[in-house]
Amino acid sequence: MTAPKRIGKQTVAFANPPVIIGRATVVGPKEGKGPLKDYYDLIAEDPYFNADTWEKAEYKFFEKAVQLAVEKANLTMDDLNYFLAGDLTNQIISATFTARGVPVPYLGLYGACSTMYEGLALGAMLVDGGFADYVLAGVSSHYSTAERQFRFPTEQGVQRNLSSQWTVTGSAALVLAAQGQGPKVTHATVGKIVDLGVTDNTDMGAAMAPAAFDTIKQHLEDTGREPDYYDLIVTGDLARIGHRLVQALAEKQGLDLSKNYTDCGLLVYDPSQDVHAGGSGCACSGVVTAGFLLQEMEAGRYQRILGLGTGALHSPISSQQGESVPGIAHAVAIEL
Amino acid sequence: MIEPNELEHQIAIERKLYEQKEYQDLVKKIKPKVPVLRNIIGAFLVGGTICLIGQIILDGFIAWGLTARAAIGSTAAVMIFLGSLATGLGIYDNLAKFAGAGSIVPITGFANSIVAPALEFKSEGYVFGLSSKMFLVAGPVLTFGFIVSVIIGLIYYLIP
Repeated sequence: MTAPKRIGKQTVAFANPPVIIGRATVVGPKEGKGPLKDYYDLIAEDPYFNADTWEKAEYKFFEKAVQLAVEKANLTMDDLNYFLAGDLTNQIISATFTARGVPVPYLGLYGACSTMYEGLALGAMLVDGGFADYVLAGVSSHYSTAERQFRFPTEQGVQRNLSSQWTVTGSAALVLAAQGQGPKVTHATVGKIVDLGVTDNTDMGAAMAPAAFDTIKQHLEDTGREPDYYDLIVTGDLARIGHRLVQALAEKQGLDLSKNYTDCGLLVYDPSQDVHAGGSGCACSGVVTAGFLLQEMEAGRYQRILGLGTGALHSPISSQQGESVPGIAHAVAIEL
Repeated sequence: MIEPNELEHQIAIERKLYEQKEYQDLVKKIKPKVPVLRNIIGAFLVGGTICLIGQIILDGFIAWGLTARAAIGSTAAVMIFLGSLATGLGIYDNLAKFAGAGSIVPITGFANSIVAPALEFKSEGYVFGLSSKMFLVAGPVLTFGFIVSVIIGLIYYLIP
């Protein structure tokens, strides 16, 4: 018995590619001053977003993105069959608290910063498998909730490492449908854990780069495509160091990723915004994909994109115990 | 005598270790170098300025008629207040970005390390948030400070 939609080792090819019929992004003020500011649906003036704690603020961003995505898809919440969501906070409270207002079956996901693409891959499988007409997938992250959970209190006077990244404050939500107008999800390559022993938890790009490269390579092998089949190959949040490492790993294996490969962590901020290596967080690949990439696809500038969500699956406790940082990357091919 | 299976297993482990080392060497090559000279200059300028302010306050207290002992304690209290105030106003973390050790080592940095978590964890309440998380960063400094002072005290007592 072989599953008819599987190709190669890790890839599934959708028979009726699910369509992204709705997408929305809500970001914080710093992201709203970044190079992609014209692509977001809503820019909050204050990272507190009228809430009294950072955690509440994060799920306010999430609730808003979900509401906008469903509206833009011309649906109501009741039309949805599943809500797939995740974020970075302990026990993914932002996603779950957002799900209180989404009265449909909910599956919480944790793939660290790869969650947007984990949700997209699973959502597409649900739709193409005939288990759902409409699936909502969403993520959020917040600089201040991530900082205090993974690193230091925000007002702590520390000099950040040059390899450190800045967690994107914001949320992104996508609506997948069996039919409709819009970019289609044609393939998904679910990644496997790759851990090359990086223990520096201020250098997430280096921890995730081997996983990202592994999934890119596997996707190309499984589909028989060359890198230049895609107008753009975009990883989630490897930022400056991870991006360069992926290129170096590719070069070693004879793959040319010098022309059409970029990273959401490089696109989301301008280097002048004092973010060191670049952006990170669930919302990094989330808002760049749902904002910039899909809008450019709808405008016809890109026809075929391979997007990857990249995640560093460590916890503050595992890092303090000296464990290395396991990396993961999920790839989704989006085509017109 | 090594079993053939075990040998294969060992080869696999060795290969994995080699792969890890090879990758980590690549990371080292690509990672940006820490700008040591720039950091030293930043630390010197800001750390020096903080100490200068402390010295002016100390001299002021002495000129005002305080004994040297009282003036030292009062100066520390004023510097702690200034460090806390700058943390609350959101200035200290920005200063530290430039200053590094220059703003961590003086007593103002110690104040920052207590006030910053206190502000941050206030959202979890005054008991389990603010007051218990207040020493999140400063805790180790206090613990080792106490241990060292006990050891020094013993040495001082034993060697007259």
